[in-house]
Amino acid sequence: MTTPPVVQAGPRALARQRRRRSAVRFWTRYRTHRAGLVGLAALGLFALIALTAPLTVGSDVSSVTDAPGGPLESPSAQFPLGTDQFGRNLLGLVVWGSRVSLLVGLLAAVLSVAIGAVVGITAGHFRGAYGTVLMRITDWFLVMPTLVLAIALATVMSRSLGTVILAIGVTTWPTTARLVRAQTLAVESRPYIERARALGGGHWHVMSRHVLPNVMPLILAQTTLMVSTSILTEATLAFLGLGDPTVVSWGGLLQDAREAGAVSAGDWWYLIPPGIAIAVVALAFTLCGRAVESVLNPRLGVAG
Amino acid sequence: MAADVTSAAPVEETAGPGAGTRTGYVRYVVGKLAGAAVSLLAVLVTGFFLFRLIPGDPVKTMTGGRPISAGQLAEYRREFGLDLPLWEQFTDYCGKALTGDLGTSYQFKAPVIDRITEALPNTLLLTGTAFVLYTALGMFLGTRSAWRHGSLSDRLNTGLALTLYSVPSFWLGLLLIIVFSVGVGPIPGLFPTGGMESGGKEGIAYVLDVAHHLVLPVVTLVAVEYGQTLLVTRSALLDEMGSDYLTTARAKGLRDDLVRRRHAVPNALLPTVTLVFVNLGRTVAGVILVETVFSWPGLGGLFYQALSVPDLPLVQGLFLFFASAVIVMNTLADLVYPLLDPRVGR
Repeated sequence: MTTPPVVQAGPRALARQRRRRSAVRFWTRYRTHRAGLVGLAALGLFALIALTAPLTVGSDVSSVTDAPGGPLESPSAQFPLGTDQFGRNLLGLVVWGSRVSLLVGLLAAVLSVAIGAVVGITAGHFRGAYGTVLMRITDWFLVMPTLVLAIALATVMSRSLGTVILAIGVTTWPTTARLVRAQTLAVESRPYIERARALGGGHWHVMSRHVLPNVMPLILAQTTLMVSTSILTEATLAFLGLGDPTVVSWGGLLQDAREAGAVSAGDWWYLIPPGIAIAVVALAFTLCGRAVESVLNPRLGVAG
Repeated sequence: MAADVTSAAPVEETAGPGAGTRTGYVRYVVGKLAGAAVSLLAVLVTGFFLFRLIPGDPVKTMTGGRPISAGQLAEYRREFGLDLPLWEQFTDYCGKALTGDLGTSYQFKAPVIDRITEALPNTLLLTGTAFVLYTALGMFLGTRSAWRHGSLSDRLNTGLALTLYSVPSFWLGLLLIIVFSVGVGPIPGLFPTGGMESGGKEGIAYVLDVAHHLVLPVVTLVAVEYGQTLLVTRSALLDEMGSDYLTTARAKGLRDDLVRRRHAVPNALLPTVTLVFVNLGRTVAGVILVETVFSWPGLGGLFYQALSVPDLPLVQGLFLFFASAVIVMNTLADLVYPLLDPRVGR
């Protein structure tokens, strides 16, 4: 606000500058949230582990046929986290599993928030019969027990990652839809929307150029929070045996551990690493999401 | 708050608006009940079509790929009504579901509804105990956190709640079994690994035995669920804490403790009550996992057994049951809410 206005700049350059300034402002405020920074650091670490996994462990870590160790070995110098019932290196499996867990978590969250955003913006824009019907559907989905619906979907479809992503995506969108609709209604009541309409802006123009940029921060925060829900749901589905049996994921590792009798044998070292990994990533996304939320909405900041 | 006082006063003075409020409540109730009826109908329809999406033949799934003769196949198809046109199957299904007949389980060769009514009391025992405990714990800690927000105890409490909220319930359950049932190092197994009773006990001994089996599942459920209540209570109370009426109460010279108990908490409780019911869906999810891990003979465990076959009529029946239960509970919360808070439903 104190910077003098730039003289003789085109609208595009101005818009770019404004965007840059708001990004810098966002980061300055985000930096004050210590929990958010910790979450961000943890996410960076896990992203690095997942991306470099082909170099560090390689895809043959999940191969059952030529496993390097004996079945169910305790942690040792050679296998820092021990081995599973096929003699596979557990450390490698946990590292390799991060790829599927993060991928499914991210894609399912994006799908869920995308559905929620489209439903929310259109329901807020086209009021009347369309909006009412859409919100009734949303309310119905909102009260449904999410996991039961996701399990039912995953049961009737084939076992694949696509199924898991779809099952999570189509069951978790209603919260986002409600939030986005409320924000859309607030934005559309502002005078500049009326001005845009008066100048001949159509539905698409108003929704994409005026409403969308205003609900974008909310969508961003919601996506971050939704990733942790998705990762937990993915682990749950895999644990219930509804995941893709051919890929390694953290939830799948826990299911393997249970089936191999690690619980009754007291093999705690088999169970701890995948669970910690799930909890840390889910917590990291939650912390980041809450920090983003409280930066964008200072009123909620008190609660965060 | 001032607006509330003025709007509440005439209602008490004259009979007219009072009666008006009553018809207002009746209209509210009718609206909510109609909404619930529509939702239940939608559940019924979803329950039917969802399980007809299945690729492949349910009979083949049922027989587990064992070769059977064409005659047997036809017999099975007739038995489960799969030879009828889809439309007839649907009307048949709706009629039966409304009278409580949810079909026959492939796995147990027994009516689905019988399995559900058998398992229901066990689930209610587990969830009821956990529900009371985690709501009380969440509200208590949430109130304390909000009242001293920013303090060390607040940050510890919120941090712990967020962490436990991120922990998969089934994993926590498995760890508790390893530590407290199987035993790690010097710790002996203190609790049973699963199930609901050891068998062969009666009277007081039976009750104690069930309670002993109940400890670990309840601890798991409470640990993963109380965080939600804590955070909701905390933010609801924080919203109230800026209110003028609290300043007034303090200005009257009330002790801090009384301001909190008599003024702030009752008002903050209202949003918490609804959210507790809205989040019931999450509790259902927790129950499925915890019952599976602890082999608790309830609905969640039954759901898992049905999934692994897959026993479609049983999965479908439990889907209908869980969804309807959540809708009914939510409707109850909606109906009770205006009685707690007169500002709602006018």
